[in-house]
Amino acid sequence: MSSETGIDSSRSGAKEREIYDVAIVGGGVVGCAIARRFVLEGAKVILLEKGVDILSGASKANSAILHTGFDAPAGSLELQCVQAGYKEYLEIFRNFNLPILKTSAYVVAWTEEQLARLPDIEKHAHQNNVTNVHLIDREALLKSEPHLSNTALGAVAVPGEYVIDPWSSPLGYLTQAVLNGAAVRFGYDVAGGQFDGDTWQLKSSTQESIHTKFIINCAGLYGDYLDQSLLGKSEFLIKPRKGQFIVYDKSASALLNAIILPVPTERTKGIVLTRTIFGNLLLGPTAEEQDDRSNTSVTQNELENLKIAAENMVPDLKNMPVTATYAGLRPASECKEYRVFEYQEKNWITAGAIRSTGLTSSLGLASHIFAQYSKMTKPHTPPENIKTPKMPNLAEHAPRDWTQPGYGEIVCHCEMVTKREIDNALSSVIPAHDLSGLKRRTRATMGSCQAFYCSARLAELTKNRLSHDLSIARNGDDNE
Amino acid sequence: MTMSDNHLQVDVAIIGAGPAGLAAATELRKRGIKSIIILERESEAGGIPRHCGHPPFGMREFYRVLTGPKYAARLVEQATNAGAKILTRHSVTCILPHGELEVATPNGMINIAAKRVLIATGVREKPRSARLVTGTRPQGITTTGALQSMIYLKGLIPFKRPVIVGTELVSFSAIMTAFKGGIKPVAMIEKNNRITARHPCELIASFKHVPIYFNTELETIVGTSKVEGVNVTHNGESRMIDCDGVIFTGNFTPEVSLARLSHLKIDPASGGLEIDQFARCSDPAYFAAGNILRPVETAGWSYREGRTVGALIADDLENNLPTNEPEIFCKCEAPIKLVVPQRIIPGQSGGFNKLQLRVTRAVKGKMIIEDDHGIIWQKNMSVIPERRILIPLSSLDLKEGTKILKFYFKE
Ligand SMILES: Cc1cc2nc3c(=O)[nH]c(=O)nc-3n(C[C@H](O)[C@H](O)[C@H](O)COP(=O)(O)OP(=O)(O)OC[C@H]3O[C@@H](n4cnc5c(N)ncnc54)[C@H](O)[C@@H]3O)c2cc1C
Ligand SMILES: Cc1cc2nc3c(=O)[nH]c(=O)nc-3n(C[C@H](O)[C@H](O)[C@H](O)COP(=O)(O)OP(=O)(O)OC[C@H]3O[C@@H](n4cnc5c(N)ncnc54)[C@H](O)[C@@H]3O)c2cc1C
Repeated sequence: MSSETGIDSSRSGAKEREIYDVAIVGGGVVGCAIARRFVLEGAKVILLEKGVDILSGASKANSAILHTGFDAPAGSLELQCVQAGYKEYLEIFRNFNLPILKTSAYVVAWTEEQLARLPDIEKHAHQNNVTNVHLIDREALLKSEPHLSNTALGAVAVPGEYVIDPWSSPLGYLTQAVLNGAAVRFGYDVAGGQFDGDTWQLKSSTQESIHTKFIINCAGLYGDYLDQSLLGKSEFLIKPRKGQFIVYDKSASALLNAIILPVPTERTKGIVLTRTIFGNLLLGPTAEEQDDRSNTSVTQNELENLKIAAENMVPDLKNMPVTATYAGLRPASECKEYRVFEYQEKNWITAGAIRSTGLTSSLGLASHIFAQYSKMTKPHTPPENIKTPKMPNLAEHAPRDWTQPGYGEIVCHCEMVTKREIDNALSSVIPAHDLSGLKRRTRATMGSCQAFYCSARLAELTKNRLSHDLSIARNGDDNE
Repeated sequence: MTMSDNHLQVDVAIIGAGPAGLAAATELRKRGIKSIIILERESEAGGIPRHCGHPPFGMREFYRVLTGPKYAARLVEQATNAGAKILTRHSVTCILPHGELEVATPNGMINIAAKRVLIATGVREKPRSARLVTGTRPQGITTTGALQSMIYLKGLIPFKRPVIVGTELVSFSAIMTAFKGGIKPVAMIEKNNRITARHPCELIASFKHVPIYFNTELETIVGTSKVEGVNVTHNGESRMIDCDGVIFTGNFTPEVSLARLSHLKIDPASGGLEIDQFARCSDPAYFAAGNILRPVETAGWSYREGRTVGALIADDLENNLPTNEPEIFCKCEAPIKLVVPQRIIPGQSGGFNKLQLRVTRAVKGKMIIEDDHGIIWQKNMSVIPERRILIPLSSLDLKEGTKILKFYFKE
């Protein structure tokens, strides 16, 4: 499906061939952050996304934790980018009106064996320069988390782990890029391309060619495919790892203060319980290897297992209603590290396999990639007056649109989404193109009734304004 | 009613203008209570019947057969004529102790201080997510209520060939609603060996040529952007049904989202607000009526309950309700699903004169009620889910000092 957006400058102007400095393939959080960084550094950027909206891949579903990097592999690129990303987020979030929930985290030991590993976790964190990480005993843990099961044995406290808005942040990054000159093309599936030693000519199956001097592969779950099809080789293999989640009712968020992390295993960070920025309690993710790169189905078995695990940790969750279930795919590869490759002779950088920390690391990774790029190209002149968007606040703990007069009506009652917010989301710099995009921009239908009360009104308000209408016809229309 | 800036003081604030809230307002006005407001978050009052575009509603209230929307309009008219004030697009966002409410309105936030508050926010169907159903999350998955609003209120059609999950009364409404929109359901699936609704509802399905598959469970929803089919299991065997939508019907749950975030107690068994036989919540400034109390009763029942509770609130304002002590707590054991009210003040007349019970599965045997000393009531019965069981309070010999009444079944 191909779609034009109002922000696409290349279509409106003269027919003259436009040559971009950089084409970024993929509008996940990584692509969005990289687009922003390159625009701030003065590059002429186009972002190409095959979906109808940004965040169509791995980035649409994650735990939304802003990581400190306390447990990242020492000396890794991942650690470097997570810590740089963390730092930059803290520097910029206020200017973007983005939220942060300063929860802190506990890595909780539930067995003697896990308890014995806590000192190593603390030591590793200190080595990673996260110096405020410290051990706490069972009493202190239960005192600050009174709803936690008293079978907990002890914990490592990680005061710097926070929760952010997983959707408004990347949207904010790309909006800033667009406000300062970037072009974005949706429905653009990069299917082929030719490099003449100086310029790439990119092809999609449905739209005209794009000309660019440099390419950054941020294709997430398809990163290896893109390298394969345009460079003829890929040095890594994506091995998708599914993570299923359960979102509990808002009342459950009162059961915890901090993020509850498990003692990690080799393979995964494990099952987490955390408040969300939207005021719910999130449980997950599972870690399930699969070949399919798009199937994010949930399974009753795994969800029930998750619930049991959670109720063991927080017994009061037993009577809590489930609001939503979903799953995301981590773009993992055959090894643990990020897979960043530079191909100078091809004017190409691949930011591959940004598996389970990309929301945090994206800003740091963007600077890293720009530094690598600068070594290969002529310098750009950064723009003078940089515009920064103010993102609509979706966080539960800060005043939302419905507290301000003139909102028209509440459309989604569970999440208190106003008609004004819906209208804005459909006409913003990067507008919503489908229901998922609208949800991510407003929270509509994400609440406990899951659209029981509002789907009719929402279908009416969005009629002919989304790529797939929520209704297929009007009653009485003559359809087959 | 006095209003200053954004602060409103009233005798009674009613949250929700459905049958229960409207009936209570009518009753309160008849009893001479002057300042009553109904706070309704939708742009129109009337509650769920507004979008049940079919009969039969109103037989006992208005002695005629009405469609849902006509019935809703009659209730609104009745309450308005009685002098109740309905404020639409007023969403209660916070319930505080002693009758303090925070309300969002398109003109800004207001605070309301009410001597008494009635919570009448109704019931809704459990969505797919809360049922932990396996599969993808494409467009085309809905509930009866959402489908009714689409078709009856907006004339919009979300799919053409859906599968209907469940066979409660409302599931047959889903068939009627679908046909109204030119939608042809391909099947109804039911995990038990009989329909949950009363005979002869199944005739609606056969009349409309919608097959009912018994002993069949929904296994997986398939489809990327739109529903492409569902896998079902029948006696352990799996098969695919080709369809473009799924309607989850019934499996009702009281709409307590707001109350859950407050100081009021929720009964995990009913999923609704916990009350005593005078409909008082754990904070006696708050009352509850209608389907917020339990899944699920008819509109007519909710209406009558609203009238009853309206009268109780009037009694309370006139200081004619007993204090809420000592109390006996009702506790039920599976397969008994719920008991309402959950608290009984012994030795009192007035208020709800019957206990309402439900079971989770079909059972046959003896229903038993036991107090701290032994059995006080028993009766042989054969019941199935979603049927009301009523036990007159007067038939129970409640002794002073009893703390707990235990409800169980001997099969
Ligand atoms: C279960 C789970 C939990 C997580 N929890 C956290 C967390 O708490 N904190 C944290 O920091 N991180 C977390 N992450 C990690 C984070 O979500 C990922 O690292 C991040 O989303 C990866 O982003 P990306 O941009 O690399 O990939 P993607 O989001 O997949 O973006 C790639 C984009 O490229 C597009 N594309 C692909 N091929 C083409 C093509 N040929 N042409 C055009 N477009 C193309 C895709 O449509 C997609 O939109 C979690 C991830 C998962 C799955
Ligand atoms: C889908 C469905 C179909 C049904 N079909 C039938 C049928 O065919 N026949 C039948 O007899 N019964 C039917 N019922 C059962 C019953 O009629 C309804 O549940 C009935 O409307 C109950 O009345 P009520 O007043 O308790 O709640 P409702 O009618 O649900 O009214 C509750 C009102 O409270 C409002 N509200 C909720 N929260 C807030 C808030 N925070 N602030 C302000 N206002 C709020 C809502 O907008 C709503 O208007 C059906 C129920 C459902 C859910």
